[in-house]
Amino acid sequence: MKSKADYVIIGGGISGCSIAYNLALQGAENIIVIEKSYITSGATGRCGAGVRQQWGTKMNCLLAKKSVEFFEKAQEILDYDGDIEFKQEGYLIIASDDQEAQQFKKNVALQNSLGIPSKVLTKEEALEIVPYLNPEQVHSATFCHTDGHLNPFTMTDAYYKAAKRLGVEFYLYTEVLDILTDGHKVTGVLTDKGEVKTANVINAAGGWAKEIGELAGVEIPVYSRNHEILVTEPVEKMQGPMVISFSHNIYCQQTPHGAFIMGRGDKDEPKSHTMRSTWQFLDKMSKTVCTLLPKIGELRVIRQWGGLYNMSPDHQPIIGGTKDLRGFYMACGFSGHGFMLAPMTGLLLSELILGKTPSMPMENLSLERFEGKDMEEVETSVV
Amino acid sequence: MDPKNIIICRCSDVTLEDLLTLFKEGYTTFEELKRIKRVGMGPCQANTCGKMVQWEIAKYFNRPLEVVQFHNMRPFTMGVKLKSIKEQADEE
Repeated sequence: MKSKADYVIIGGGISGCSIAYNLALQGAENIIVIEKSYITSGATGRCGAGVRQQWGTKMNCLLAKKSVEFFEKAQEILDYDGDIEFKQEGYLIIASDDQEAQQFKKNVALQNSLGIPSKVLTKEEALEIVPYLNPEQVHSATFCHTDGHLNPFTMTDAYYKAAKRLGVEFYLYTEVLDILTDGHKVTGVLTDKGEVKTANVINAAGGWAKEIGELAGVEIPVYSRNHEILVTEPVEKMQGPMVISFSHNIYCQQTPHGAFIMGRGDKDEPKSHTMRSTWQFLDKMSKTVCTLLPKIGELRVIRQWGGLYNMSPDHQPIIGGTKDLRGFYMACGFSGHGFMLAPMTGLLLSELILGKTPSMPMENLSLERFEGKDMEEVETSVV
Repeated sequence: MDPKNIIICRCSDVTLEDLLTLFKEGYTTFEELKRIKRVGMGPCQANTCGKMVQWEIAKYFNRPLEVVQFHNMRPFTMGVKLKSIKEQADEE
C-alpha cells in the first residue's frame, strides 16, 4: 500500500467513485480509494436503482435534476465499455387521497419552477400509463418522463474504470481502522494493510459514515437502518415507469433486463447496521403489490435482501467539510437516495475540496446547517 | 471448445469468455462477477452455474478450490409467486 497520498476517499460505492473521478478530472493527483469489501458492496449495490427528480425540497430537486443531465450522457462521458442501462420512462407517483394530492401539487409547482418537467395527472391519465394499476387505489398522480432507472453496478463500474484511467488507485478488501489527526487537521489514515499519510480524507462510507466520523472525532448527526427489497424473475416488458406510493409504502419498477425490483420502508425498523431480509417484509410487500398492482402478483420472487439507508435529520445529504477538522470532508446522510445524486455529489465536493467555486450553493448541504436552529426544509417524499 | 461458445450461466447468458475477460480486467471474486455480468443472479440463483464459476476462478488464479469463496446465497431457493405469498399471509 502507498505510504502517502494527497486525497484518501473512504468507501467504494458510487459516491466514493464519483468523488474520485471528479477530483482526478479536475487535475488532482495522488488519489486513493479505500474500500473494505468490493466496489458497490454496500448501499449502492443494494439500492432500488431508481433515478428521480420529483422531490419536495429545492435542494434535492436541483441535485437530482443536474445528476440526471449527467446520466443522460454518462455512457459517452465516462467512455464505458459496458452498459449503464439507463432507461427514462418516468416515475409515476400515486396520490391516494386529496391531502396527498394537494402536497404533490405543491411539489410539482416547485419542480417546474426549477425546470423539472413533472406534471399532475388525473386518475385516468395515470391508468393510461400503467393500465393494471388498481383504480380503487388511485386518487391522482404526478409524472416526470425524464425520471427512470440505472444499473447501480455498471454505473458505478463506469465511474470506477474512468477514475482508474485518470490515475486513481483503489485498495479493495482494505479496512480503515483509524483516522489520524494533529490538533485540528487530518494527518493520515490507518488501515489493516498499513498507514497512509494524507492531509485530506473524504468520508463516503455510506452506512458507516457516522462511525468514520467518530474515528476522526467529528460528530455527524446521521444513523443507519435496514431497508428491504426484492427482485422477481425477468419477464417481457410490461411496465415503463417506476410506480411509487408513499401511503402504500412501495416503489416498484421493471428494469430493462426484465426483472421487477420493489422495496418498502418500515418506520419501526431500529437504528442498526444489520442488513437482513425477513418474512415480515415479504408478507407486507406481497399484500401491497397485489393491492396496488394486482397483475404483478403473478410474478415469482427470486431473491430478497436488505441494505442501509443512512438517514440525516432533514433527509437531505451532508456534503462538505467541517470547521472543526481541516482536511476532513464527507458525503453522507443521503437518506436512501445517494445513488441517484452521485454525479452532483462528486462534482460539488471535488470543487469545494479544490477551492473552486461550487457549481451551486452548498450552504444547505453543510454539516453546520443542523447547529442550533430549526431546519428550513425537510424532505418528506421518501419511501 | 471456444470459450465464447461455452455457456456458464444459462439464466443470464454468461459465457466462459465473459468470465475470462472480467478476470483479466481485475475482477477476482464471485460477488464482483455477479454484479458486473449477472452470473448466478437469474431464476436458478446459481444452483446450476455456481460450482462452475467457483471452479473457473480457482483455475484462472491458480488457487485451491476450497479457498475460493462461494457467492453469498440469499433467499429464495426457488421462485415463488407474490400472489401465493400474499394468500398464505392472508390466512395467518
